[in-house]
Amino acid sequence: MLNVALPKGRLGEKVYAMFEQAGKACPSIREANRKLIFESEENGVRYFWVKPSDVAIYVERGAADIGVAGKDILAEYLPDIYELLDLNIGKCRMCVAGKKDFYDDRERVLRVATKFPHIAREYYAAKSREIDIIKLNGSIEIAPILGLSDVIVDIVETGTTLLENDLAPLETILPISARLISNKVSFKFKHEEIEALRAELARICSEG
Amino acid sequence: MAAEITLPSPDAAARSLCSLYKQYGYRHFRMSKFEEYDFYARNKSFLVGGSIITFTEPGGRLMALKPDVTLSIVKNAGATPDATQKVYYNEKVYRAENGGEFREITQTGLECVGALGFYDISEVVTLAIRSLDLVSADWILDISHMGFVSGVLAHLGASERTREALVTAIAEKNAPYIELICRENGVADEDRDRLCALAGLYAPFRASLDTLSSLSVNDQTDAALSELEKLCRVLEATGLDRNVNIDFSIVNDMNYYNGVIFRGYINGIPQGVLAGGSYDSLLEKMGKRGRAIGFALYLDLLEQLRAPGDRKDADVLILYDDDTPVGEILRLRDERAAAGERVRVQRGTDAGVTAARIIDLRGKGDGADA
Repeated sequence: MLNVALPKGRLGEKVYAMFEQAGKACPSIREANRKLIFESEENGVRYFWVKPSDVAIYVERGAADIGVAGKDILAEYLPDIYELLDLNIGKCRMCVAGKKDFYDDRERVLRVATKFPHIAREYYAAKSREIDIIKLNGSIEIAPILGLSDVIVDIVETGTTLLENDLAPLETILPISARLISNKVSFKFKHEEIEALRAELARICSEG
Repeated sequence: MAAEITLPSPDAAARSLCSLYKQYGYRHFRMSKFEEYDFYARNKSFLVGGSIITFTEPGGRLMALKPDVTLSIVKNAGATPDATQKVYYNEKVYRAENGGEFREITQTGLECVGALGFYDISEVVTLAIRSLDLVSADWILDISHMGFVSGVLAHLGASERTREALVTAIAEKNAPYIELICRENGVADEDRDRLCALAGLYAPFRASLDTLSSLSVNDQTDAALSELEKLCRVLEATGLDRNVNIDFSIVNDMNYYNGVIFRGYINGIPQGVLAGGSYDSLLEKMGKRGRAIGFALYLDLLEQLRAPGDRKDADVLILYDDDTPVGEILRLRDERAAAGERVRVQRGTDAGVTAARIIDLRGKGDGADA
């Protein structure tokens, strides 16, 4: 039995469709109810929906054998897991964004508002830039508008939200997409199951 | 989850491990709780996580609660290269891992330092397997060879930074990341495919050797391969090769580890319970000659799969109040205890106590049936 942590929401639905195509269907998951765990004995799989940012924790601690998490979460929390496959969905970029007329004054400490303090710190440390991190939990875009920060480090999908608020992406830190991850010990004890599923998902991805 | 598996308690496991090591002539190594901080600071990257608890001695020296045992053993190993030290230990160490909080961790293991030959290397790997087998029959040991990994990386002739990034990618079995790094650094396709094959390899020991010989690129990788081949033969001869796999995603710090390295896993425990390898480079860094290999088990992890304990505080709970004659309580208590039961006596109610049976002596005043 393979325990799979799926990210709640639209991305999770897409991911489930791929798993279904890969022979891991679990029809009860499509029923409209508030259950959180779904099992298909014949396909040897158990799914559960968790908050997207928690998938890596479930997998790292072995409550789930495998799961699907965004690269943003993996780069921020650096969980001790295997990253087996790029599923090429949920694509976006981790960006530095700021006001359209932003001018980077290197004489001042840069104030950076973000949900991803680790990624921001690493990025600017590599550029030897001193920054002041302002950790926010949502509505990051408002920070530079109100003068709370100079720039933000956040996920940009289409850039529409930024544009509508007179902001613009300034630098790309890293491209983001959904990744298939595995608990390191589950990978060993359930190697054949996980490897077969990875290969099947890789095939589905390459066919687009 | 495989909930039906149960394991021995950490203490019981430690006892049987120590007697196993004694059988092989390893000597018990006991160490003090503290070392000078400076000693760890010089070898900081050897320690996983790196956070150490420090305090100042009355004399002004900065001391540390020991975060590790291996370093102290190596420090105390004789400087003469032809003497061999074989020791085992069962010690508590203190450190914070992955930026978390400080924890006390029980570490049980052994070290073999000095004029080692191939037999000693194979003995330590064999003992690692026997250790896992003592804990649970459902184990896996994964083996890697730092010589092979660094040989392949040296062959690329890439920059230090690229090599570091590749090591991270191999540890994650992250083929897309390897491809990205290779693309950005102009690594040849043939080398890229070799790195991906190396990271993706996960197969039984014997079966992996063929793949490895096709991936070997220079003298360093050839030497590593021949050591692995010899080791495979020893394990086959002792019948201990059944759950042994080759996996290059185990990568330890290349500044310290150089030869065979390994990790052990128990089904049902989501982290590795055993880690070890040969670390001649650490010896060299500390100004000693010779070779060294050892491993440690993290037995605290076994708690996760322990058989559920007795959930009762006592078999019999005797309740009394101020009117109950003491003689009556004593008589009943001794009677039940003689029958082999655990008896708890308590004044008032049974609040907060779970017992299989309650004998209520409350309200039985003097003269009732004393």
